[in-house]
Amino acid sequence: MADHVIDINGVTKVYHMGDIEVQALRGVDCYVERGEFVAIIGPSGSGKSTLMNILGCLDKPTAGSYRLDGIEVADLDDDELAEIRNHKIGFVFQSFNLLPRMPAWKQVALPLIYAGADHRYDRAVEALKSVGLGERLDHKPNELSGGQMQRVAIARALVTDPAMLLADEPTGNLDSRSGKEVMAIFKRLNAEGRTVVLVTHDPNVAAQAQRVIRIFDGRAYDYDPTVNGQGTVKVAPVPVAVG
Amino acid sequence: MSVFESFQVALDSLLSNKLRAVLTMLGIIIGVAAVITMLGIGRGAQAQIQAQIQQNGTNLLFIRPGSTQQGGVAQAQGSAQTLTTEDAKALADPGAAPAVASVAPEFDSFGQVIYQGNNTNTRIVGVTPEYLDVRNMSLASGEFINANQITGKSTVAVLGSSVAQTLFQGEDPVGQTIRVNSGGNNSTQFKIIGVLNSKGGTGFGSQDDQMFVPLTTAQTRLAGGGRFRGANIVSVINVQVADAAENDAAIQQVSDILRQKHHVTYQDDFTVLSQQDILQTAETATGVFTIFLGSIAAISLLVGGIGIMNIMLVSVTERTKEIGLRKAVGARKHDILTQFLVEAIVLSVTGGLIGVGIAFLLSRAIAGVSLGTLSLTPSIGLDSVLLATVFSVGVGLFFGAYPANRAASLNPIEALRYE
Repeated sequence: MADHVIDINGVTKVYHMGDIEVQALRGVDCYVERGEFVAIIGPSGSGKSTLMNILGCLDKPTAGSYRLDGIEVADLDDDELAEIRNHKIGFVFQSFNLLPRMPAWKQVALPLIYAGADHRYDRAVEALKSVGLGERLDHKPNELSGGQMQRVAIARALVTDPAMLLADEPTGNLDSRSGKEVMAIFKRLNAEGRTVVLVTHDPNVAAQAQRVIRIFDGRAYDYDPTVNGQGTVKVAPVPVAVG
Repeated sequence: MSVFESFQVALDSLLSNKLRAVLTMLGIIIGVAAVITMLGIGRGAQAQIQAQIQQNGTNLLFIRPGSTQQGGVAQAQGSAQTLTTEDAKALADPGAAPAVASVAPEFDSFGQVIYQGNNTNTRIVGVTPEYLDVRNMSLASGEFINANQITGKSTVAVLGSSVAQTLFQGEDPVGQTIRVNSGGNNSTQFKIIGVLNSKGGTGFGSQDDQMFVPLTTAQTRLAGGGRFRGANIVSVINVQVADAAENDAAIQQVSDILRQKHHVTYQDDFTVLSQQDILQTAETATGVFTIFLGSIAAISLLVGGIGIMNIMLVSVTERTKEIGLRKAVGARKHDILTQFLVEAIVLSVTGGLIGVGIAFLLSRAIAGVSLGTLSLTPSIGLDSVLLATVFSVGVGLFFGAYPANRAASLNPIEALRYE
């Protein structure tokens, strides 16, 4: 078996909205290999966001197995999940989610506080340098451009040296030039050996990944953009129904 | 995350919105300053009243005649003329009343006192030599009444400082002669042998506005004296108790002697009032006053606490996204809880300390202001500072707990999605 950062088997997620049950995920099987650059696409309402929350350990599957970096996280409690998020996952959000009025290096050092790590300033500076913001250490978010803010966010995701970067529409709030810069950083990080999982609805962004997983109606499908330009489902692996 | 780090995180976020932090603290600042100042004023008033009561001498008992009955109708207290010089002598017997240190009977009268063109109407008190010490008085010049003058019924007088000032206006009164009109056309010449130091007002008529003559002279020559009712009547017997601890014993001994001498069978014809009773009454009154002021001030502290809760709740809502982000990057529930609790406590304790500082400034300012004869001198004790500090930590914990818990319980997904 290959070295998988993510191994998902038969994951379902059911939401209860009053008396109505909503099946957001109906049995998802997928994997991400270490060092891979994977994009997850899907229309809204497909279960894409639900899957991303589960991948990011912000939410727990109703049933099924999720192994992240060899750890079964499906049955961890809230505090253990927080620790997993801290150590194994680097989040990059569409809206950057930087804290207002806080200098860049402190933003980046934030996960280190919760990790109880030492040398926070040095590590934060190192992470900022790796995204080309070595001269913006003391800048606050309102003194940075959108592209720079997203790079600060990427530095914050990198600083704990996580098993994977999980980016949710990282270019969604950026102009095309900044978007390209940010994608270039992801590609470079991937080339340096980082595992990158990128959730997007933009086929052009997804096309820059090595592999694309398409979520549709609560299930995951392999997606091959080379089949036709519009990108249709090539393979629909038999979903494993989990009772 | 350690407590120290929680402090850093809390300070960072408070400093990032200084105006709001200051406005939030304002409620606590005002509350704590008010509580401490009010307690200080109450305590200052208490100390002042105590000092004034003790100015009259310490460990005193005042024995006054009781009321008489005339044809079955009770007369006013003090209307009886039952206390005599002999009673006072009996009380001074150390064998019968060992708890008594000193006895000073007095006979009170009023009269018009005249010196050349000046005159004043004042209280004229017939006293014995013991009176000076018992009532804690001191001579500014000359001498006090002595035993020979008592026996000889001399017409000599010692003036209180304000009487001396009114009549002599800076001139030395000692050796001068004044005329006293006390009842009817009777006029007597008195030679002044001494002047007392000022004692200041007590709120019950000035101690300085009186004149002292030998007890026997007053009993025989002044209005209300023995010309009408026998020559040995006294108005009040001042008794000094040897030791405050023997106060109750002294009251008992004094009462026993008087009952025996007066052949009391049913109801005492005298009353004994102890200075400690007066002190206790005054203490109770000022204590109630202090509690009253303090509780009004405590209400403002409570309002300040609610202000903190209000701002913390707003802050939790406003920072929902921040909380979501912190949770996403690995903050556990108790990290968030600690952060918000520490923020609330930092706010309330800082506010409390500033409030203590303001209370000190306020009481200095108040100490300079005097209201008539009464000047308020607040005294701030370490205990009220500690109380206010502990209370403000409590306020921070209590009113911070709910918002902090709300923040800690936020679902990270919803918090991140919050706009």
